[in-house]
Amino acid sequence: MSAFLTYLITGLALGCSFALVASGFVAIHRVTGVVNFAQGTFAVVAGLMAGSLLGRGLPHGLAEILAILLAGAVGLVVGVIAIGKRGTPPLASLVITLGLGILAYAVEIIIWGDQPISFQMVPGSVDIAGAPILRQYLVVIAVALVTFAGLGLFFGRSYLGKALTACASNPYAARLAGINVMRMGLLAFALGGLLGGLAGVLVTPLQPVAFDSDVALATNGFAAAIFGGLNRPGLALVGGLVLGVAEAFVAGYLSGSYQTEVALALMLAIMIWRASRRVSVAEEPA
Amino acid sequence: MLEVTDLVVRYGRATALDGVSLELAPGEMVALVGPNGAGKSTLVDTLSGIVAPAAGRVVLRGRLAQVPEGRQLFAELSVADNLALGAWRSGRGRAGRDPARVFEVLPDLRPLAGRLAGTLSGGEQQMVAVGRALMADPDILAVDELSLGLAPRVVADLARHLRELNAERDTTVLLIEQNARLAFDLCRRAYVLESGRITASGPCVQLAESPQVARAYFGGTTEGAGDPVPGGARDP
Repeated sequence: MSAFLTYLITGLALGCSFALVASGFVAIHRVTGVVNFAQGTFAVVAGLMAGSLLGRGLPHGLAEILAILLAGAVGLVVGVIAIGKRGTPPLASLVITLGLGILAYAVEIIIWGDQPISFQMVPGSVDIAGAPILRQYLVVIAVALVTFAGLGLFFGRSYLGKALTACASNPYAARLAGINVMRMGLLAFALGGLLGGLAGVLVTPLQPVAFDSDVALATNGFAAAIFGGLNRPGLALVGGLVLGVAEAFVAGYLSGSYQTEVALALMLAIMIWRASRRVSVAEEPA
Repeated sequence: MLEVTDLVVRYGRATALDGVSLELAPGEMVALVGPNGAGKSTLVDTLSGIVAPAAGRVVLRGRLAQVPEGRQLFAELSVADNLALGAWRSGRGRAGRDPARVFEVLPDLRPLAGRLAGTLSGGEQQMVAVGRALMADPDILAVDELSLGLAPRVVADLARHLRELNAERDTTVLLIEQNARLAFDLCRRAYVLESGRITASGPCVQLAESPQVARAYFGGTTEGAGDPVPGGARDP
């Protein structure tokens, strides 16, 4: 029972980190229609930067915030390059983000080297029903839940959030209403950068981050985001949690060497099942 | 209120508008009729600043809001949100986003406020599109294909609202229509746009009697308006 609880909470924390990366994918895609394959880079940049700043003596809190802001700035730069030219098709923007993600490897190696970096954020563990749980896992879960609640309020209640949704829903009508669709797209990229950065600073204390950690982060984050059709933050959170818990249980009860593969296969099976249900409903006679 | 002089718009090598000139006086309700592909929507998109002209001059005194062809609502957002976003450029803050003033003009929208725009009927969506444009407090309302795909009764209802806007609130209206019968009933003056050029203009009564216009838009009869929209046009 203790092991089960440990795996469950570990999986939930892992899932929350995937969901945070996924939220960046969602924030960008729902506004611009672009699948941003540099999303993992934002997390890596923030993780490496936070480690670097903490190593130079900056206090916790300030170092993480600066790192997240840097990721937001990187997101903005990626946005300018990917969608800054009016009329760039989303598929071309996708390829641009992929290229920028690879280019980022070189920059990251120049600045931070090629060795993984980690740091401690919230030390120690707590005992939950006899299971020792790292405090950092609980921080990740709490921050993710607060972030998703904030995203829900932002997109669902705020005027700016609705304008961002309008840009995704009907860019032509948004322009007619006077909304600067390009500026909104760049704002979405900056938001995606901040969310990716948040994931990065939360994950780095749990698993060391190197220049090429973006692939694993982006793969899991993308799978979670796809669960919500790349547009719905709430479903992306569910997707992330399913994926994280599945990975934790596979690693705990089977083997850690193929936890990602098994979890992704499970996600694929769930998505095929959901898609087949939609077809069945559509095929029902009126 | 609006002066367009020798307007030229090109898409690559294709010329969509070729030397178009027209003008609207304050409080007028003017029709722009023409067949598919004549350049009507390009013209109104140019007036809205969506399309950049290659040559010519547009002088606009006041704010223009467009009711686009095909409604173009934000389907995933509520009617209230669609209306609120119409006030984006008004710069009047939270008070400017209050749809109460639009509900006064279009009371049928009030009970729909909480519904998702994508779930409404065509007529209701068109009313939301008009309401969203009105949220910008426009001096000129450019309505692109008001009647497209709608039942005659719904069109008559929308036309009545437009006429009230024009008569009671002094909103200048540019009605872009393929349905010349509707346009000529509602407006006093009209322009005919064909292949990117203004081929005829003048009072609707005279245009309806012109054999060329009658043949093209009324099936060869000069009896004009067909099913009339009650109320007729008003003087500017």
